[in-house]
Amino acid sequence: MLARIQLSDDEVTQLTGQLDAIVDNIAKVSEVATPDVEPTSHPIAMHNVFREDVVGQTLTTAQTLQNAPDADGDRFRVTAILGEEQ
Amino acid sequence: MSEIIRWTAAELGAKLTAGEVSSVEATQAHLDRIAAVDGDVHAFLHVNEHALDAAADVDRRRAAGEDLGELAGVPLAIKDVLVTTDQPSTSGSRILEGYRSPFDATVVARARAAGLIGIGKTNMDEFAMGSSTEFSAYGATHNPWDLDRIPGGSGGGSAAAVAAFEAPIALGSDTGGSIRQPAHVTGTVGIKPTYGGVSRYGAIALASSLDQVGPVARTVLDAGLLHDVIGGHDPKDSTSLPDAWPSFAAAAREGATGQVLKGLRVGVVKELPDSGFQSGVAGSFHAALKLMEAQGAEIVEISAPHFEYGVAAYYLILPAEASSNLAKFDSVRFGLRVTPDGGGTVEDVMSLTREVGFGPEVKRRIILGTYALSAGYYDAYYGSAQKVRTLIQQDFDAAFAQVDVIATPSAPTTAFKLGEKIGDPLQMYLNDLTTIPANLAGVPGISIPSGLAEEDGLPVGIQFLAPAREDARLYRVGGALETLLVDAWGGPLLDRAPILGGTR
Repeated sequence: MLARIQLSDDEVTQLTGQLDAIVDNIAKVSEVATPDVEPTSHPIAMHNVFREDVVGQTLTTAQTLQNAPDADGDRFRVTAILGEEQ
Repeated sequence: MSEIIRWTAAELGAKLTAGEVSSVEATQAHLDRIAAVDGDVHAFLHVNEHALDAAADVDRRRAAGEDLGELAGVPLAIKDVLVTTDQPSTSGSRILEGYRSPFDATVVARARAAGLIGIGKTNMDEFAMGSSTEFSAYGATHNPWDLDRIPGGSGGGSAAAVAAFEAPIALGSDTGGSIRQPAHVTGTVGIKPTYGGVSRYGAIALASSLDQVGPVARTVLDAGLLHDVIGGHDPKDSTSLPDAWPSFAAAAREGATGQVLKGLRVGVVKELPDSGFQSGVAGSFHAALKLMEAQGAEIVEISAPHFEYGVAAYYLILPAEASSNLAKFDSVRFGLRVTPDGGGTVEDVMSLTREVGFGPEVKRRIILGTYALSAGYYDAYYGSAQKVRTLIQQDFDAAFAQVDVIATPSAPTTAFKLGEKIGDPLQMYLNDLTTIPANLAGVPGISIPSGLAEEDGLPVGIQFLAPAREDARLYRVGGALETLLVDAWGGPLLDRAPILGGTR
């Protein structure tokens, strides 16, 4: 699943009902979203925001790793990337 | 109870500058208050053990003759959505328990530079998803007016902290009303600035096209003073506006003279009839308008036909953006990691971590968001919601051609009971009916107390909305109405809140 959340059976049952009701309710946006209306992605229009291409203040490796669940000192450590059947 | 905690930030700042009180004394008074009442209120997730050191430092600098700002030495509560180097930052989530940021959010850094004393991190709905703080992974905050009721959300902790005199001012964030709705239910003041008016660098993102950081206070002036400290362009936030902003504290002070109300055109939205509000909320709203009218304001009915689609559009746009923003909680770089029994691949670990680390509302919205963005549904849902955004902006444009500000009640009801709506997401979502349009359109909004509802004696807020970039107008109008109301009441509304820390 796209959301990457392993749900229990109970959660699936409960969420299915709730999400059905929510989706029914929010589908009303299509009533007024006619083809002639332009979509707005951003409330205040801004165009490309550039900065000078120079190295800024960045975090050190130690700072970057300080909250890691697992690391070897230089890198994040994770479990196997591929499963057996892959 | 020390009298220090009853002072506004402006009063405390003046006394600090005059040397009548030290920052250590002021900070200690607030720490004592937290110790006395926060067991009942639970506004704080963390109390800063370095607060007294920071206060002593400000006192030293002041004694050395350094020219410090108006708020130097004043305690500040910080919503836990903002990252801080000297305290943990969890955004109310189990998945970030114990997280220590290697950098400060820009607003935190600016507050620190101005000499404000970060006194603690305040409770909130997990990742700011909620209207009651009941979705905090660390337990709900209780409304100081009635401990069995919600303090609003998501920023219920910040609002309750200032309402309970645990801090004079606080920082909040508002994605669909998370500053203004808590202000409404706690009898306090909250402002959602213009989108881009305050930096969001270091604010743990919920929905990036809606989120805005802003001040929480007991008075309009205090909010303005804090806004002046935190606002303005930040190169670290690409959505931050490069505009030069006027002083909002000056605007609040100017507003307090009342001149602004003469000839002020105040729009009332036809599509938000009284029938949509608890009667005491509507009653308080109309009484406030009458008071403004008596001072020369003109009440004008305006039409905003697309506001009724706001909640629906919001609950498509927000989950879509949140599902993307929260993808970073992947058990690899920071936060919780839960490994299945017998191990598993990175993907297995990720899925189990997110199952264990996220609460129910966060899961609900992530799943809704991934669904709304999925192939085949994108145009019907997310695309349509973005069009509603355009229509709501057009409603605002048309309205602001006729009026200077729009007024609405800040929320449909007064504070409801804890637990009352937690099982019904749709009912919970409707709390933000009047606050959401401002986030969708990027315009600023303020909520100030308008009084107590007749039927239950709980606080009610009135919301004013202004065109984008006209935040100062809200401080003028809010400051004017606040002055009239406080005069009429014979003192601040919070004087009528129950005494905390007594027999309970």
